[in-house]
Parts: sequence; structure tokens; C-alpha cells
Amino acid sequence: MKTTGTVTGIVSNLVTVLTDGPVAENEICYITLAGVRMMAEVIKVNGKNAQVQVFESTRGLRGGDKVEFEGRMLEATLGPGLLSSVYDGLQNNLATMDSVFLVRGEYTSPLDHEKLWDFTPLARPGDKVVAADWLGEVKEGWLPHKIMVPFSFKGTFTVKSIVEAGQYNIDKEIAVLTDSKGADVPVTMCQKWPVKVAVKGYREKPRPSRIMETGVRVIDTLNPIAEGGTGFIPGPFGCGKTVLQHAIAKQGDADVIVMAACGERANEVVEIFTEFPELIDPHTGRHLMDRTTIICNTSNMPVAAREASVYTAMTICEYYRAMGLKVLLLADSTSRWAQALREMSNRMEELPGADAFPVDLSSIISNFYSRAGQVVLNNGQTGAVTFIGTVSPAGGNLKEPVTESTKKAARCFYALEQNRADQKRYPAVNPIDSYSKYLEYPEIKQYLEETVEKGWVDKVLKAKNIIRRGKESAEQINILGDDGVPMSYHILFWKSELVDFIILQQDGFDPIDSLCPMDRQKYMLDLVLDICDRDFEFDDFEKCRDFFKEIINLLKQMNYSEFGSDNFKIYRDNALKLLERNGK
Amino acid sequence: MANKAYQKIYTELTAITKATVALKASGVSNDELALVDGRLSQVVRIKGETITLQVFSGTEGIPTNACVTFLGEAPSLKVSEELSGRFFDAYGHPIDGGPEIEGREVEIGGPSVNPYKRRQPSELIPTGIAGIDLNNTIVSGQKIPFFADPDQPYNQVMADVALRADVDKIILGGMGLSNDDYLFFRHEFESAGALDKIISFVNTTENPPVERLLVPDMALTAAEYFAVEKNEKVLVLLTDMTLYADALSIVSNRMDQIPSKDSMPGSLYSDLAKIYEKAVQLPSGGSITIIAVTTLNDGDITHAIPDNTGYITEGQLFLRADSDSGKVIIDPFRSLSRLKQLVQGKKTREDHSQVMNAGVRLYADAQNAKTKLENGFDLSDYDHRCLAYAKEYATRLLSIDVNIKIDEMLDTAWELFAKHFSPAETGIKQALIDKYGQWR
Repeated sequence: MKTTGTVTGIVSNLVTVLTDGPVAENEICYITLAGVRMMAEVIKVNGKNAQVQVFESTRGLRGGDKVEFEGRMLEATLGPGLLSSVYDGLQNNLATMDSVFLVRGEYTSPLDHEKLWDFTPLARPGDKVVAADWLGEVKEGWLPHKIMVPFSFKGTFTVKSIVEAGQYNIDKEIAVLTDSKGADVPVTMCQKWPVKVAVKGYREKPRPSRIMETGVRVIDTLNPIAEGGTGFIPGPFGCGKTVLQHAIAKQGDADVIVMAACGERANEVVEIFTEFPELIDPHTGRHLMDRTTIICNTSNMPVAAREASVYTAMTICEYYRAMGLKVLLLADSTSRWAQALREMSNRMEELPGADAFPVDLSSIISNFYSRAGQVVLNNGQTGAVTFIGTVSPAGGNLKEPVTESTKKAARCFYALEQNRADQKRYPAVNPIDSYSKYLEYPEIKQYLEETVEKGWVDKVLKAKNIIRRGKESAEQINILGDDGVPMSYHILFWKSELVDFIILQQDGFDPIDSLCPMDRQKYMLDLVLDICDRDFEFDDFEKCRDFFKEIINLLKQMNYSEFGSDNFKIYRDNALKLLERNGK
Repeated sequence: MANKAYQKIYTELTAITKATVALKASGVSNDELALVDGRLSQVVRIKGETITLQVFSGTEGIPTNACVTFLGEAPSLKVSEELSGRFFDAYGHPIDGGPEIEGREVEIGGPSVNPYKRRQPSELIPTGIAGIDLNNTIVSGQKIPFFADPDQPYNQVMADVALRADVDKIILGGMGLSNDDYLFFRHEFESAGALDKIISFVNTTENPPVERLLVPDMALTAAEYFAVEKNEKVLVLLTDMTLYADALSIVSNRMDQIPSKDSMPGSLYSDLAKIYEKAVQLPSGGSITIIAVTTLNDGDITHAIPDNTGYITEGQLFLRADSDSGKVIIDPFRSLSRLKQLVQGKKTREDHSQVMNAGVRLYADAQNAKTKLENGFDLSDYDHRCLAYAKEYATRLLSIDVNIKIDEMLDTAWELFAKHFSPAETGIKQALIDKYGQWR
């Protein structure tokens, strides 16, 4: 029998319920208000009182209103049809809602129950299977979508029967499995999984060993992220966090992209589903929306569902990873999620940690980041979930709890800097503070040496060093004046400007420059380093500046031209001529 | 909102703070309105039988035996075409001497638009001010605040922008407006002959601060009526959101909530987002654009109020007094319109974004030269040219008293580039230099 209860207290969306039976932490319940059922989640139990966070506005709720507990946690529905969908944080399909305004208590099905899918069996009767093993396959657009033994099945099963190839809807019983005790269990094409629990069902989780290309030079060349890796982008507002994340979403080399818009602007989500159906995936030539799922809980949607949105997104990623696919999860922004935790913790009158955030913030964040990763499936194939989150530090100060907690959990750090943004040096990633730990991984080094060229990592480190020395020189010039330092300081400074303008900076709105494939990145880094390797002599610092400005301008025009085109070659030849005249 | 005959009257308060009262009552719903000694209040907490009420006009003089009645509904506004041209207080009552409004009663602070039903903003709102149109173009459906120190003429600029913008309705939400500023707006709107398309909800400094909490929701409920039901283009002006946030912190403090940064409530981000996210471009053609004012303390944008605002809004316009030109300018470094690329080069000339970027970058070089000058170093020829350019750029383009068309702004920028720099120094794409450059 279901546990029920009555409302006894309300503060904003935190409701206290007096219960008549057992309740579980994170259990889902429904509060009935004038015929409308509002979903809520148990977050604290004290004796017979359960405190629940309501995923809706609690306006009009009163003491004595009835509550029903469901005996399950918040679950994601997993099956064919997830791709190209736009969901809210609780996985309601926003596209199938009729009203312009969100209606309280209106929940829509995540998947289409009528649609027929072309099913092909992969398993045969008699096969021994465990959770996450592939039973069959349907074509979800271009993607071979695997129908799996549900993740929640424990132990080994024997396939008793499986349907023939044909067209079925997601509720069709496609197989019957027999468990070790001889009981038969039916399997359909869709399954449910509690979002706050990591999906297992793989053989092992090795260290990442490949690079995920993003087409963004400051990432791929200088601070590459690994397939199955983690990274984060902190930055004050107005520094281009979202533009950078959208660039990664458009260009990232992944099979499936899940974007979690968590507590951010609704117009940013609109931009995604307006532009993505028109844009082409540069790696496959298909429409971007065909590989994208959007989970949005924008800043004006109920705060409690913000937390749910990132977990729902991660669960969908893990589901596709179990099909042996490369999945990229982008969450913007994890700070809003942390703020939602803070609001609840505050209403529950818990003792606060730093900046009034809950004390377990750090462990919640690292727990979430640990769900990313590359895995080897039971059948030996590999899949990966790469996760890049943004952080919105209060006041742009990176010494705040969310940034510090995330820094402990993520392996790549792309610090956006106000100063660079002010100078319109986009993407405003600080080249000195940012890092990728993956450059230290022997597996990744080996991968780069094999796929790009031998000695690549040394070149990257050299470029970083040029920037560092340029910065030191600039500081000296600022203190001592243009005439107060030797010419070599000016040359060092301008060499770093060359790396800055040609490699670090990239015009995200230019159709050619915005996407820079790895071979082009290699070409430009080689060219830039070749110039930096030369010795120069100038009569005065103004000549030095004029020379480098001209070189930078020519190389910038190269960045704007089609790779290898006539224009590209003309600018390159002009640059080389200029070098011959001035360099030794 | 008079008492009704069958209503239960409570006469025993158990606690009183400056902004809230508490009492024992039953059958009360969350967010419901009540009258405490005749003053409008709202339920903010229910704990068993104990109800906490936020009293909008403050609790001065309320005795423990005050009469409390519950009204059974959340705050609402009557909407109809009659709203046009009228001035109201924070409760939606006329303050212009006119009659009460007849219309449909709508709860304020209603539900959000389904993000999937939104359309991408794509219509430019020209203001004639180059600091906005050229560098930080505003688009209908956008939300953007002015960040300004209290001594900047932000209300003046906002009134200029509102009256030049091509919109169907202008709705002013004034919070903690001084009486002088209220009369200023009224005079500006009247003398522009635009009164019939203006609606105002005003809380002045003479009114209690907690009342301000109602103003944005009142203004936006009216805006939604005209945008959703009449498919109109609505511009909402909110001034000053810093005073709104201050009122939030007063209430949360009285409710013993743990403050986060700068003694603001932990929910500040969500509270502000609920307001700003009402800005929308609807599929039917109606839109709500929000231009707000957030006053700063000595230019400090790291304070929790401007900081949270910056994360919510689609950019910010930063007013600053410029010593070179002696004018108030829109600071090109700290200002930003996030939606500008939706119209730049699409609704405006193709060279727009590159000209804008080059203009700002060269202005940044001038700032470096200025630093050198201040530190007593010799300036190079390039530095001198930058400084000369910066002065003209500030006077002819950044100043808030500029009022020209966008093509003229672009041509002015090209003129300044040609006067002070070589084509290569601008770093603009060659094709555009060939087409629009003014070098001879």
C-alpha cells in the first residue's frame, strides 16, 4: 500500500508533510492541489515529517492538502526517440505541450508511444545476458540505437525468446528473459532508471586515451580535452562562456551531444533549437539537431528541477554510452545548480558552509563529475561520456566554493578572463592559468604523437612558454618604459602577441575561422613557431611593432581564408616575403 | 478589497517584526493575500497552524490585537485596454486621479513561457545612441540593464531610449523613485505626446520599501496582457532594481534566513531571473523587451546585485563619465549586448561587427597609451594617434547625446580609422576595407 500524508508546513517550494508510513530519501511524491498533481521529491525525513522540494510553484497550497508517495526515485525514461528532443529538467517533452505558458502539473511523456521503429534482433534465444547487454537494434535516424537488457536487472539471464525483425513501438515486448531462478521477465524497447544513481553495466573504466576535437584552437592545440574527460569553464558574466560552449556543441567530435541548460537564459536555449536544425555537423554532414538532445530548466522555471536537470542529462548520456557511442555533455551552468542546493539548504535551516552553500557541495560536485569517463562495455566495445561544465563565479572571483570544488573534480580548466574579454580577445581563455591535465597522460601523449606528429606536445609547451615569456616582458616594458628595456624584450613581447592573435584568438562568428580542424591547427602552429624561432633585428621598437603588426595581420587573413585556397596561399607568401626582408 | 461578511477575523498576533507578523490560523493557502489592520499583506510561510505574513507597507503601529482577515487569493491586477495612459501605485490603484480600471482580474507573477514556444529575437530596436546601436545593439525580446552610479543620468537616457524605440506600449515600473524623478518621467512622456501608449506603476521613496516587491510583477503582468493577447511590442522600463533587491533582503532578514554574499538572500538569482525572464519574443509577433537600471556603489560590479543581474540579463550598458571628452559615455569595455549578433550584419550593414570590434580594440590601445602617459613614459607615434582617435571616438560615437542612424555611425567609424590609422592597423578583413574603407 502506498504511503500518504498531509501538508503541514510551506516555505516557498519546501513543503513539510506528515506521513502515515515508510518514506525513502529522494522518493517521489505527488501533492494534490485543486485536482492538480504536483511532483515533489523527499530531501529530508525527521520522524513522521518528510520535507519535500516541490518541482512547481506552491502558490495556493494549504495545510491539510493530500500527498501520495510513489515508492520510487526520480527516473529518466530511456529508449529510441531521445535524440532531437527538447525536455525540461524532469524530462517532460516541451514540444508536445500545447499552451504558450507552462501549466502547473502538466507532465508530458518523454517518448512517443505510437511511433514505430525498425527493430533488428542482435541476441538469440539461449544467449546468456546481463544488464546493459545488447538485445537488438533500431534505427534512430542515422544512429544504430541498441535495445539493451534494462540496467536495473540484477544477475545473469537467459534469452527465452526474441521477436523477429519488424516495426514495433517502444512498449512492444521484444524479448522474454529467464532469470537464474527460472522466472520469466519481459523486456520492451524502453526502460527507466533513477537519475541520481550512476549507470554501471560495463566491464571497466580505463583512463582516457584519445583527444576529443572541438575545432577551437585554444582547446585542441593548447589544452586538449580527452574523450571521456572532464573540463570546466569558469568566468565572469560577459566573457563568452556560452559562446564557447555553443562552439563546442556545434563542432565537438561526438556521436551524441546532450546540452543541459541549467538555470540559464531561455533565449540561449531558443538559439540552440532555432539554429541547430539548420546547421550541419562538420564531421558527418548531418543536421546538428539529429545528434543533439536538450534538457532545459531555464532560470525562471522551478528551482528544484534545476538539480534534476543535470542528473537527467547525465543519465541520458550514460544510456548512449552503453551503446558504444561517444557522448558529450555540456552543462551551463553548474553554479545555478549549486545555488538551487543552497536555497533548499537555507530553507531547511541547515548550518551553512562557505558563502551559505551546503557543506557537502564539494562531494556532490565531484560525485557528479565522476560519472563521466570512457568505458569498455561487456562486449569489448568502448563508449565515452565527455563532460564540460561552466561555472559562474560570484563577482568573477575564482576563489569561491563552486569554482574551488569543481577544480578538484575536473581535469581541464579553461579560465575565462575579464581582461581579455574587455580587449575583445576571444575566446577569452587565459592562456597561462588554464590547463589540461591530459597533456601529462602518457596515453594521450602517445595518441597525439601518433595522430598529429612526433614531438607535438613539445611544440605545444613551447608555444605556452612563448606566451609566458611575453607576459613577463610586457610587465617589464610597463614598469621601465619602451625605451628602458632592451630590444629583445620587445621582440619577446611581440612573438607572444603573434601566438595570441593567431592561435589563441578565434572569431567564433566567422564561418571559416570558427571551425579549425586539427590539420589546420598544426599548420598554423608550425608557421607561428617557425616565425618565433627566427632572430630579428630592429632599429627601434616602433619598427619592431610595425613589423609584427603586419605579420599578424597577414596570418589573421589566412585564418579567415579557406584552408589551402589561393587567397590563403597569397597571404602566406606575402608573410614569408616580409619575413625574408626582415628576419635573418 | 474590503472585508466580507462571512470571513473569519483573527485578532491575536503572536509575533511582529518590521516587515512581518505571525499568527495562528487554519485553512490558509500559500502566497494568499490578507489584511492586517487594513494593510495589505501576503502569506510567506506556513508552519503547522502558525502563519507568517509579509506586510507590504510595514508594521509600524500594528498592535498584537490587530484584525487579520484572509482574502483567499494571490495579488492580482485588472487588465484591459483601459490601462493605457494611466499611472498606478504598487497595488495597481490609480494615482492620477482617474477612475479604477474595469477588466479581467489576473494573478501577478504568473507562470513562465514554455521555452520551446519562444522565438529567437531578431528585430533591431534602434535608439540613435551609437554606444548602443553600434557597439551594443538591442533586439526586441531582450532584457538589458543600465549599470550606473547614482550620479549618472540613467533615467534621462532610459526615457530617451524608450521614446525613440518603435514600440506599441511603454510600461514603467518605478521602484524607490524619487518624487522628482517620477515627475520627470511623467513630464517627458507627456511632452513627447506619447502618453496614450504609456502605463506606469510607481513606488516612490515616500512609499514603504516592501511595497516595491509588487511593482515588477504588476508591470510585467500588464506587459504580458498586451504582448500575448494583443500581439503588441511592449517595452518595460524597471528602475531601480537595486532598490528592489534591497527590499528582498529586508524581508528575508526579517524571516531569519541565512544571508549569502553582501547580505542578500540566497535566492536573489532566482528572484531576479523570474522578473527578467519575462522578456520574450512570442511566435504571434508580440514581444516584451526589458530595459532596467541597476545602480552601483562606486562602479563596483562584483556586488551581489549587479553580479547576479549580469548573469541573468542579456548584457549590460555601463554609463561612465569620460574625462577626455567631458561627456557621459557608454563604456565600450564593460558594456555588452548578448543578442547583438542576431541583428548585426543581418539587419544592419555587413561591416557592422568588424567595424565595431576594430573601434573598440583601438580604443583599448588608447587606454594603454594613457596608462603609459600617466606613468611618465614617452609615447610612440602610434600611441599619439590612438589618443587622438580615442577623443574623437568618445565624442562622436560613445557619448550618450549622439542621435544618428546606424549607417552614419559606421561611416563615422571608417572616417576615424582612415584619419588615424593604416588599414593593417585596424585588423579588419581585407574585403571590407576595400569596400568601405575611406583611405585614399
